[in-house]
Amino acid sequence: MKPARIGLYAFLLSAALFFMLPLYIMITTSLKSMDEIRNGHLFALPLAPTLEAWRSAWSEACTGASCDGVRAGFWNSVRIAVPSTILPILLGALNGYALSFWRPRGANVLFAILLLGAFVPVQVMIYPLVRMLAAMEVYGSLTAIVLVHLVFGMPVLTLLFRNYYASLPHELFQAARIDGGGFWRIFWHVMLPASIPMLVVAAIMQITGVWNDYILGLVFAGRDNAPMTVQLNNVINTTTGVRLYNVNMAATILTALVPLAIYFLSGRWFVRGIAAGAVKG
Amino acid sequence: MRQRGVMPYFALLPMLATVGVAYLGAFAWTFYVSLTGSRSIASNKFVGMANYTRLFDNERWQLSAHNLAIYGVLFILACLVIGFLLAACIDRQVTGEGALRTVFLYPYAMSFVATGLVWQWIFTPDGIPGLDFDWLVDQDKVIYTIAIASIWQASGFVMALMLAGLRGVDPEIWKAARLDGIPVWRVYLSIVLPMLGPTVATVLILLATMVVKLYDAVVSMTQGGPGIASEVPAKFIMDHLFLRANIGLASAAAVMLLVTVLMLLAPYAYARSRRRIA
Repeated sequence: MKPARIGLYAFLLSAALFFMLPLYIMITTSLKSMDEIRNGHLFALPLAPTLEAWRSAWSEACTGASCDGVRAGFWNSVRIAVPSTILPILLGALNGYALSFWRPRGANVLFAILLLGAFVPVQVMIYPLVRMLAAMEVYGSLTAIVLVHLVFGMPVLTLLFRNYYASLPHELFQAARIDGGGFWRIFWHVMLPASIPMLVVAAIMQITGVWNDYILGLVFAGRDNAPMTVQLNNVINTTTGVRLYNVNMAATILTALVPLAIYFLSGRWFVRGIAAGAVKG
Repeated sequence: MRQRGVMPYFALLPMLATVGVAYLGAFAWTFYVSLTGSRSIASNKFVGMANYTRLFDNERWQLSAHNLAIYGVLFILACLVIGFLLAACIDRQVTGEGALRTVFLYPYAMSFVATGLVWQWIFTPDGIPGLDFDWLVDQDKVIYTIAIASIWQASGFVMALMLAGLRGVDPEIWKAARLDGIPVWRVYLSIVLPMLGPTVATVLILLATMVVKLYDAVVSMTQGGPGIASEVPAKFIMDHLFLRANIGLASAAAVMLLVTVLMLLAPYAYARSRRRIA
């Protein structure tokens, strides 16, 4: 092997180690007892691995007001993520379909403004949205958080499907039209079945995005529906007294588990979503 | 060729509502509130630009903007350099490409909250015995810890996009360069990188908007502390809306954030419209 090759591998390997380090510290810390954490080294392997911290993080850790762990947040996140994935994707596909094949007048201008929504921080819209949802008497409910995810997920999802449908052969649409298919029939029976790959990519992106959201869940979901990220931040940043680092790390892993599992299992699909979502137009 | 009918318009009503009400309507409402003397409850008392004057005189806001500038420069530069280096190295037909890509990208699958908490633990002053690393409680250095955590999270994302760009480079270029005896690093720097222009532009705009949105990582890592040393604009808005009961001032800050995003997007949108005409 040439020296340049060795240097290349040395660089990649040390970079990989740096990237893995936080995951390693998270896992090892979560398996240690507090005594071991206090007396030992941050990088040391656990001497007597225990799942005690995991159990505590799941069902006992205190979140300021109550001591039920991140368990409640997990189920809240599931309840939020399911409708917040299905509805925005269906709407995104419908938008993309209408934009690509039917091209109503003025739709492209609308789409250009919609894309702006992907770039603007939610803080710019948050106060009016709170007031609007309060006026609709849904503020602080599951309905509110799903609606908000719908609004903020729409730009990228519409973009994904618009580009995907633009890449499909136009004859597919023409043939369906000649067979007498109407707007909805073509959508349900021709386009949706033809977009399975994009539906998978969109689902991966949207679940990950919704699960990882913090600010929307904090503001719109209400205390009873607080998602896992909000619960996690409460566990770690509002506890008084001794900080239980092992419990904190276990709670962090538990929160990151769903998106990480999706990422490791879906592999290339995840990357495809990133590439498709990033290449604007 | 344009298809007629009412249905396409009907189907786009949710999109129209999103754009008209949730985006443009909210922008207008925020701008309106920024011109009123709203404190804890909304007021219609018109105060002109008073909130903006107060905002620019506000020490907390000045520090927030200053922090965001430092963070933004570091974050964007480091992500671009690291992301491109990783992509270029992986592009050299290395063994274990799939595993390496997975390792570099996994942080991006985690939430900023989770990332922030892990790095908070790593940067805890007594976290590493014998190594007195106290940036997290150092007023002058705390913003760097947030930058490091974010760079760790996002450079894999840049790598993924750059790698996709590199894979699109014509292999003939490599053959020609080898025949001419041009060193590999020269080819990357002088030929391949300029060819990746559109990719770099996209990455830049995505990173820049990530910067403006910076909020979760700060909340989970430092809560703006120590003191107000790591405050950022997005958090300034949230705090003044929900904790400090100054809706007018928060809205003025929100308008400034919106203007910043529009200024970032303008050259990009302009370049794209030029390209489409050409």
